[in-house]
Amino acid sequence: MNRAAWVSEEVAASPLAVQGLTVSYDHRPVVYSVDFVTPPGSMTAIVGPNGAGKSTLLKAAMGITRRLTGDVRVFGRPIEEMSRHIAYVPQRNSIDWDFPATVIDVVAMGLFRNLRWWQFTRRRHREQAMESLARVGMEAFAERQIGQLSGGQQQRVFLARALTQEAELTILDEPFAGVDAATEKAIVEVLKRLREEGRTLLCVHHDLATVRDYFDHVLLLNVRRIAAGPVEEVFTERNLQATYGGRLSTVQLTRLVGDPVAAAQRSE
Amino acid sequence: MSDFMMFSLVPLTVAVIIGMTCALLGNFLVLRRQSLIGDAISHVALPGIVVSFLLTGMLSSAAMMLGAGVSALITVAMIELIRRLGRVEISAAMGVTFTSLFAVGVLLLEWHQAGGVHLDVEHALYGNLESLIWFDGTGPAALFDPVALADLPPQLARVAWVGLLVVIFVAVFRRHLVLGSFDPDFAASVRAHPVLVDLLLVTMVAVAAIAAFEAVGSIIVIAMFICPAAAARLMTDRLVAQIAWSQLFAVISAVLGYLLAGHGPGWLGFDASVSAAGTIATLAGLILLLACLWGPRRHRTGVTASP
Repeated sequence: MNRAAWVSEEVAASPLAVQGLTVSYDHRPVVYSVDFVTPPGSMTAIVGPNGAGKSTLLKAAMGITRRLTGDVRVFGRPIEEMSRHIAYVPQRNSIDWDFPATVIDVVAMGLFRNLRWWQFTRRRHREQAMESLARVGMEAFAERQIGQLSGGQQQRVFLARALTQEAELTILDEPFAGVDAATEKAIVEVLKRLREEGRTLLCVHHDLATVRDYFDHVLLLNVRRIAAGPVEEVFTERNLQATYGGRLSTVQLTRLVGDPVAAAQRSE
Repeated sequence: MSDFMMFSLVPLTVAVIIGMTCALLGNFLVLRRQSLIGDAISHVALPGIVVSFLLTGMLSSAAMMLGAGVSALITVAMIELIRRLGRVEISAAMGVTFTSLFAVGVLLLEWHQAGGVHLDVEHALYGNLESLIWFDGTGPAALFDPVALADLPPQLARVAWVGLLVVIFVAVFRRHLVLGSFDPDFAASVRAHPVLVDLLLVTMVAVAAIAAFEAVGSIIVIAMFICPAAAARLMTDRLVAQIAWSQLFAVISAVLGYLLAGHGPGWLGFDASVSAAGTIATLAGLILLLACLWGPRRHRTGVTASP
């Protein structure tokens, strides 16, 4: 098995490691031969321009989108056996919020794997869902129709659903897109608490200005992997220019990575 | 009483079972914004049945069901193909597929009409509920008489089995269906197999449409897949309540529609009756109209006319 040969100790400890992951639409690669090992217990941002394949990388890793090539491991084992260790929070705008469901119904969907087809959602399941709702500060909205929520509240409900999955790794696709500042702060708090419990978080993130504040690791992606590692080492002007193809102005970069000279020194 | 048992009991029961079965599946089609698939599949049952007749030379139910089933599969494949190759939205692909296949069916039918077989477009469209006569249903005692029961029109047992199958399918896969309709990516991430369940749902729609087609024609099937569920959505924001409403609407349309078709014209002084299937479908549409005008949940926040 030469495929298993890449499963080093680092890969065996990681809740999500991919090697040579390629996805193509209409013969055009949108993710090309990406290797990445998510550090366990980290809060990692995936950063890159629009169309860089950030969401696609995650969907393909999880088997939601078909991958052309690549091996995906969860704690060193093939993801097909291990997918229950991962909770996935899709982009909020990817779903139909007019669906006839209440907040608690949606949160209880996180228990899908725990319920066999003949079992009904019982009180202990609802209590578990309520606990998750309380963790995101939404317990007062349990019986609310999901269409009546604001964008930020919808995002928190999605996060609560992921919490009920009690997964080692939570993958979030743009959790801060279209939410207000207060919600963003509340979500970050929940995520940081999860990390303190030893869980791992992997986020597609679009706001370069907050990468340093929220995350400890970063994967810079533009179809290919540009760089990956601790934010301090990798989130540099040179790498960002390489990721965004020179589309960032010097002013933007200075604001993001601080003094360019200091940033350049950091990257040495 | 014996008149009712002989002429009305079976058609009424068949109409109620078909209405409830189609409305149950219709709930998930409406939520997936795929209501048209029921329409498509029940239309293409016609060419399927004609081709199976041309190939086998018989009008046996098994051959017709098989032909309709194969044509349903071809329809689904064609819709998917047109959508991908033509890069058009799914409802356009469905519209093109079922109208052109239905047209092919009509042509085939005319073409072989020389053979003098009883199979016509009219029958295909609004079936013949009224022909489901139970000759041995001479009184209440017949319900307990094995000989009389054996004489029940075979369509009744067929739609009853299909109804049971659909109920079991929805009961077993209820969570899969909800997850796959609400959030397919999440459903895939928890291995709820949304694509597979989607295919199963379409298969169930095909089975229900074909069984109903043979008994009552396609008009009623199309109406029952869409109207009760769409009207029910306007009554409530809870899925379970929505399903309950859809079942109620289906029963009301079927019972009232059947009675009105038989007696309505008489009340108006006409010495005739009208098509039961047509009246049932019209009533289902009327209920939807009423729900659109006065349904409590028609002003939902964040609702757009199309996704």
